[in-house]
Amino acid sequence: MTSTGYTPAAPDLRRRGIRLGDVLFRGVSLAAALAAAALLGLITWKVIDLAWPAMDAFGLSFVWTEAWDPVKDLYGGLAFIYGTVMTSLIALVLATPLSIAIALFLTEIAPRRLAAPIATMVELLAAIPSVVLGLWGILVFGPWVRDHLEPWLQGAFGFLPIFSGQPSQVGLLPAALVLTIMIIPITSAICRELFVRVPKDLVDGSMALGSTRWEAIRKVLLPYAAPGIAAAILLGLGRAFGEAIAVTQVIGNGNVIPSSWFEPADTLGSRIAAQYQGATSVLQAGSILYLAAILMVISLVTNVVAQLVVARFEKVRRAY
Amino acid sequence: MTTPEIDRTRLGALAEPASGDGRGDDVVFDVRDLSVSYSGNVALKDATLQVRENYVTAFIGPSGCGKSTFIRVFNRMNDLIDGARVEGTVLYHDRDLYGDGVDPVEVRRRIGMVFQKPNPFPKSIYDNIAFGPRVLGMKKGLDERVERALQSAALWDEVKDRLKENALGLSGGQQQRLCIARAIAVEPDVILMDEPASALDPISTSRIEDLIHDLKRSYTIVIVTHNMQQAARVADMTAFFSVEVRDDGGRHGVLVEYDRTTKIFTNPSDRRTEDYVTGRFG
Ligand SMILES: Nc1ncnc2c1ncn2[C@@H]1O[C@H](COP(=O)(O)OP(=O)(O)OP(=O)(O)O)[C@@H](O)[C@H]1O
Ligand SMILES: [Mg+2]
Repeated sequence: MTSTGYTPAAPDLRRRGIRLGDVLFRGVSLAAALAAAALLGLITWKVIDLAWPAMDAFGLSFVWTEAWDPVKDLYGGLAFIYGTVMTSLIALVLATPLSIAIALFLTEIAPRRLAAPIATMVELLAAIPSVVLGLWGILVFGPWVRDHLEPWLQGAFGFLPIFSGQPSQVGLLPAALVLTIMIIPITSAICRELFVRVPKDLVDGSMALGSTRWEAIRKVLLPYAAPGIAAAILLGLGRAFGEAIAVTQVIGNGNVIPSSWFEPADTLGSRIAAQYQGATSVLQAGSILYLAAILMVISLVTNVVAQLVVARFEKVRRAY
Repeated sequence: MTTPEIDRTRLGALAEPASGDGRGDDVVFDVRDLSVSYSGNVALKDATLQVRENYVTAFIGPSGCGKSTFIRVFNRMNDLIDGARVEGTVLYHDRDLYGDGVDPVEVRRRIGMVFQKPNPFPKSIYDNIAFGPRVLGMKKGLDERVERALQSAALWDEVKDRLKENALGLSGGQQQRLCIARAIAVEPDVILMDEPASALDPISTSRIEDLIHDLKRSYTIVIVTHNMQQAARVADMTAFFSVEVRDDGGRHGVLVEYDRTTKIFTNPSDRRTEDYVTGRFG
């Protein structure tokens, strides 16, 4: 083979200079991520630092002690953990089916012209400041619960201890109902988004096999959206756990675990919001911060679980 | 179900069965002057044709000529589309498919459908096949029914050891055969297929075509396809659709020619059909 003496230059694949945009972008996002992590660490540290007197005095048994006695300076968190979990669970049990029903109505049943304004209205519920919702709870909703709902519940299910006692406009039940109203906009909006994203082919496939619309919803649409619904519920739960102001306004700020839902109770968030300013001793202030630490742990756990559920959901969806 | 009387004089040139194996004797769908519009826009205009029992009937034509629109008329899937309107007469075994008191859900129990993109439910293989029977309350002998459906769809040997696994783990071609099995499981009268192989590789495609050959012994099949060789290979009858431009600038699909597949591909009567099947359209 004869050489012509000419070899084409090999293409130069090295990077030419620094890409300023990339570097800048990477720097800024790294800084933001670090700042967020640092802030979380700082807050956690500060909460533990301030709670330390109570943590030192009561130890872990604070968590399962039912006590709040500023006179004897004796504190425990159980009543508030109970109040938080109970109000949130009641709210969730009511809000979940309602949210799914609202979302199904808006995506599957209502004509489009009707669906859009209703959806907006439901979402606007979330825009009401919680303190305003709490005021409404004091002035309108609480009295209605006392005069109508609770007597009716007592009449129908009075044999249950949770519906015994004197109907009252402040108590566990009104607080749970206000929480229900607060989380419905969130969970129903997420459910609606989930239902819209269910592949139309799947529902059509079900219909083509001779299922009714309801069967298609029950057997295909809901199972497909189920993990997302679970995540939506957990997000709603996180919201309910953390709510303080509106709950404080309607729950009655009780110090003990109530036997009836009509009686006053209190939640972690509500107790923190209502009493920190007026704390009379280092130990009381520390106990309130201890409550805050417990609330943070509960919220963190719900959030992590929600994210795990979402991650699993994404995997299923990508497989489709 | 009673077997309706067929008026043979109405069948015209198509009256004599040509398959020689007894297929094609009866008319399953008798469509007259069918027009479909979406929110007032006509998509398909004045189509008239008959679909015969145990025949494979292929719909071919350029994109947008209304093939999918037409095939969805047979199982009333257009009912699920907002603004869709069907006009004309569609007789199914001599009964008006769009008559008063006809329940679309009942229609779909007899007329199955396979979609363009395989759409297995994100459930196990078994539950996919059992879906239709369960919905229809055919709970007895479910295992045998599932096996039979998978056998008919030539999928049994590949999946018999993994019935409990998620159907989404199957290959695209297997998923489509699963969807065919799912349709077969309720023992329908007719199977509609809208481009069932267009998302598949050549080997999977040929398996689907073999399957169609087997299935036509028991079922009447209507298939939409973009692939003319496919129509030539599997279909007894072929309908060619085309797009017509109106004076007002709008376009709608029309049925240009409907005849035996061999005639459509070797000796079409319409110039437009000839141009299309020989690849000279535009
Ligand atoms: N759901 C729908 N809503 C509104 N218009 C539609 C709908 N489905 C189809 N059309 C219109 O009807 C006409 C025919 O569409 P169709 O899907 O039946 O055509 P096709 O022959 O199946 O085309 P392709 O080969 O691309 O699948 C097109 O103009 C299309 O835009
Ligand atoms: Mg189509």
